[in-house]
Amino acid sequence: MIKAILIFNNHGKPRLSKFYEHYSEDTEQQIIRETFHLVSKRDENVCNFLEGGMLIGGSENKLIYRHYATLYFVFCVDSSESELGILGLIQVFVETLDKCFENVCELDLIFHVDKVHNILAEMVMGGMVLETNMNEIITQVDAQNKMEKSEAGIAGAPARAVSAVKNMNLPEMPRNINIGDISIKVPNLPSFK
Amino acid sequence: MPAVSKGDGMRGLAVFISDIRNCKSKEAEIKRINKELANIRSKFKGDKALDGYSKKKYVCKLLFIFLLGHDIDFGHMEAVNLLSSNKYTEKQIGYLFISVLVNSNSELIRLINNAIKNDLSSRNPTFMCLALHCIANVGSREMAEAFAGEIPRILVAGDTMDSVKQSAALCLLRLYKASPDLVLMGEWTSRVVHLLNDQHMGVVTAAISLITCLSSKNPDEFKTCVSLAVSRLSRIVSSASTDLQDYTYYFVPAPWLSCKLLRLLQCYPPPEDGAVKGRLVECLETILNKAQEPPKSKKVQHSNAKNAILFEAISLIIHYDSEPNLLVRACNQLGQFLQHRETNLRYLALESMCTLASSEFSHEAVKTHIETVINALKTERDVSVRQRAADLLYAMCDRSNAKQIVAEMLSYLETADYSIREEMVLKVAILAEKYAVDYSWYVDTILNLIRIAGDYVSEEVWYRVIQIVINRDDVQGYAAKTVFEALQAPACHENMVKVGGYILGEFGNLIAGDPRSSPLVQFNLLHSKFHLCSVPTRALLLSAYIKFINLFPETKATIQEVLRSDSQIRNSDVELQQRAVEYLKLSSIASTDVLATVLEEMPPFPERESSILAKLKKKKGPGAVSVELEDGKERGECVNFNPKPQRTSTPSPSADLLGLRSTAPASGATPSAGSLLVDVFSEAGPSATSAGVNDDGFLRFVCKNNGVLFENQLLQIGIKSEYRQNLGRMYLFYGNKTSVQFVSFNTTLNVQTKTVEPLVEGGAQVQQVINIECLTDFIDAPLLNIKFRYGGALQNISLKLPVTINKFFQPTEMAAADFFQRWKQLSQPQQEAQKIFKASHGMDTEVLKAKLLGLGTALLENVDPNPENYVCAGVIQTKAQQVGCLLRLEPNAQAQMYRLTLRSSKDTVSQRVCDLLAEQF
Repeated sequence: MIKAILIFNNHGKPRLSKFYEHYSEDTEQQIIRETFHLVSKRDENVCNFLEGGMLIGGSENKLIYRHYATLYFVFCVDSSESELGILGLIQVFVETLDKCFENVCELDLIFHVDKVHNILAEMVMGGMVLETNMNEIITQVDAQNKMEKSEAGIAGAPARAVSAVKNMNLPEMPRNINIGDISIKVPNLPSFK
Repeated sequence: MPAVSKGDGMRGLAVFISDIRNCKSKEAEIKRINKELANIRSKFKGDKALDGYSKKKYVCKLLFIFLLGHDIDFGHMEAVNLLSSNKYTEKQIGYLFISVLVNSNSELIRLINNAIKNDLSSRNPTFMCLALHCIANVGSREMAEAFAGEIPRILVAGDTMDSVKQSAALCLLRLYKASPDLVLMGEWTSRVVHLLNDQHMGVVTAAISLITCLSSKNPDEFKTCVSLAVSRLSRIVSSASTDLQDYTYYFVPAPWLSCKLLRLLQCYPPPEDGAVKGRLVECLETILNKAQEPPKSKKVQHSNAKNAILFEAISLIIHYDSEPNLLVRACNQLGQFLQHRETNLRYLALESMCTLASSEFSHEAVKTHIETVINALKTERDVSVRQRAADLLYAMCDRSNAKQIVAEMLSYLETADYSIREEMVLKVAILAEKYAVDYSWYVDTILNLIRIAGDYVSEEVWYRVIQIVINRDDVQGYAAKTVFEALQAPACHENMVKVGGYILGEFGNLIAGDPRSSPLVQFNLLHSKFHLCSVPTRALLLSAYIKFINLFPETKATIQEVLRSDSQIRNSDVELQQRAVEYLKLSSIASTDVLATVLEEMPPFPERESSILAKLKKKKGPGAVSVELEDGKERGECVNFNPKPQRTSTPSPSADLLGLRSTAPASGATPSAGSLLVDVFSEAGPSATSAGVNDDGFLRFVCKNNGVLFENQLLQIGIKSEYRQNLGRMYLFYGNKTSVQFVSFNTTLNVQTKTVEPLVEGGAQVQQVINIECLTDFIDAPLLNIKFRYGGALQNISLKLPVTINKFFQPTEMAAADFFQRWKQLSQPQQEAQKIFKASHGMDTEVLKAKLLGLGTALLENVDPNPENYVCAGVIQTKAQQVGCLLRLEPNAQAQMYRLTLRSSKDTVSQRVCDLLAEQF
């Protein structure tokens, strides 16, 4: 079972946390910090598995992680999961994000937390793998977006118009802020047919 | 077109996030967040009804704030309201908020359940999936109560969409894990197994997780899944890489599903049906063959997916442990991986080989890789890999290679990472003991261990070396000589001084013939370390000195001089002072005969399992166990060697050399400084309050001491116990009801126990003894955790041990006048506990009497003026105090009611005994 899925950046700022077991909010934050501490001190090119931190169950659990540019993707799993399988799953997750966001970067995860959660929910449910087929996942996400669009078309229009007017006076558009984050390069992008 | 187009998000949200990201300091960030929280709160509280879009925006902001680690204490209601929206966007964000922020015991659950119910019956697949996701995320008992019946129906219904089926399978799994009692097996179970044949691979992937969990709990009921899984696996394995289209991942057909299928098969023994077995062996061979084929892609994803299947296949082969041919092939394959350039593969190969090493078919094959593994230990850059290498060396060690492996591990210790040193030390100590043929090698190894990694040598390790030296007279002279030499080093570890002090104190005479190690030289050497040592070590050295006086009368004057010095006899530490005073007195007044008796050489320790092994098991064991799983008896035994004349004083020279008694009280009794008896009831101890503990057996044992505590299809646990005053002894009998052996059988108690045999053969019974001491009165019972593997599945059982306060009753007979006088003396309101309750069994006089006697009290006849009533008296014996207890039970046969009154000198005792007894009638 997957106990938790964490994404944080090179400075330990959480970008997504999803726990499949209940912990108090405090403990969750501590787990994120502990995990960051464990993972970030490791060199590049060492193996992608290590024993879990004390807070999340010690050596009963494994942390399986991948480091992409500015972000760490960490899955904390128990012994019932295949390590290499989970490593592949992380890759599918990132490739899916990359397709959904077109060259995904850290900013996408920040500004579209809800979307990232939705995509993840199509892959993992209650700590178990729900779907591994990327095309299927993307089809589902697309369908959701269509629904969103059609709803926004009817009801969202007035609100969007108002916000557009409000934004005209803004000195800077939020998209232009903090471009410091480099986009995540997905190594070995899908060579699917 | 990308699935998420940029820029169509919510403006307000984006601005807020940008603001936060521009904050220069933590303070500024908190200020900005508080401002936003106030804003959202006022919006939510305001009179104007918010439209769905704004609600969604605010809920998103709250989510973002939560992710930054701030508590969110409002917004839940708004999120729940969003659930009933019929717009997808709003509903979806409502569910998201709830799944991230609502915990299982929220009061909102009922409202949420309502919304979920509506969505489940909506027949809109998207809404149904959202609802199922929410149930799987929260997974509370209330939800299980509400939906455990509904979800299996959705799962097996013919007209359910595939995506909904997938979600329903995992949702049901979650509910089953959280509340297994609520998910009732039924007609649907057989149909679930057939989902393994489903057309849609996604459905199979989701369903197999459910089936694996269900069959590990109910292996018999789901037996049919084996043949289905084998045929599915065989279809995948033999398919061409393009057959499965989207489920082919980097040219590997359905890698996740294959892994899961292989895992499912690990819940069962090898298939009995020859055809099925043949097909499976063929699959495993194909998988092993594919590993040798040239890769279809250079991408790491391809090899990862392929090897994921390979490793699972190897675990299955190891699990079956019956096909020598496959085992050897597996071992060779892993051997190749040991040298692979991918670190991940080396890591996994080392890990799998560890399990392979314990199979008799492959142990020798594993051993051929020893050089590679030693090399890994020396040269791997990654500490996780090195640790696996150390584990494997430990696993492959046997008599033939022990010396080499121990030497390598010792040399690795000098540079080992701090995080794994203690474990390494334990492993070296265990191997050295286990495979020692000549014990001088053993002594050398342990002393080296102390020299190299003294700080990591736990007490168990040096206790053990002393026990072994004492028990084997062929090594005593060598040990004395070696410690003497080791102590010559200008700086030596305190643990070395401890071992040295003890051994020279016992066996210094064996090397005293050599003028270079004459008695006085030995003494001076030890004493030169004295001032550098901590109090417990000094105490031990003082005991060694008094032993010297016995061994070498010529040192008496010198040692007495030392003992008499102010720094000893007036030492500010009570323990040291007392020892100095007593030893000085003992040495001056006792005759040589008395001295020789009192300070006689330690008798051999009884043979038993190494306490170090238990310690390692504990280190490797479940993280949260609060048990010091070591052989408590071992230490207790040495206290029994207390020579009689010393009984009255605290330090007892011979027994005390291990520094046990002296350190335990002085250092606030750390859990490891235990004694023979179990500190079950100290108040700091963890208590049996966790949920899921089996409680039924517990109450049946209040009035009796023997019987069956627990029974299921696999295991029966019987209990025999006896109590005297504040002490008790409990025998636990674990009976294997099946014909298959239980492996890794392990029990842990939140107190100390002796460990049990890790294997329980089919039909066999193992026994465990627990010694109990009642320190003070208590409420919570100790918790017993039992873990073992049956087939491939890990079984976990938690039980409350039926140790209750009334077990420590001593019956007290008294006359009526006495009784009433004492009854009156205990008249303060808090001393009395009373309960009036309905009879749940018959009110038969003899049965009642038997129960009251079973309680442990004396049943007093002719005391109560009303002959229908019962009165009892007893004294509860605890180490801290004795608590007198009077009891009166008044049955009312007409109303089928009882009134039970308890009076005792301690309010908690009255209450507890009253509570316990009220459950018995």
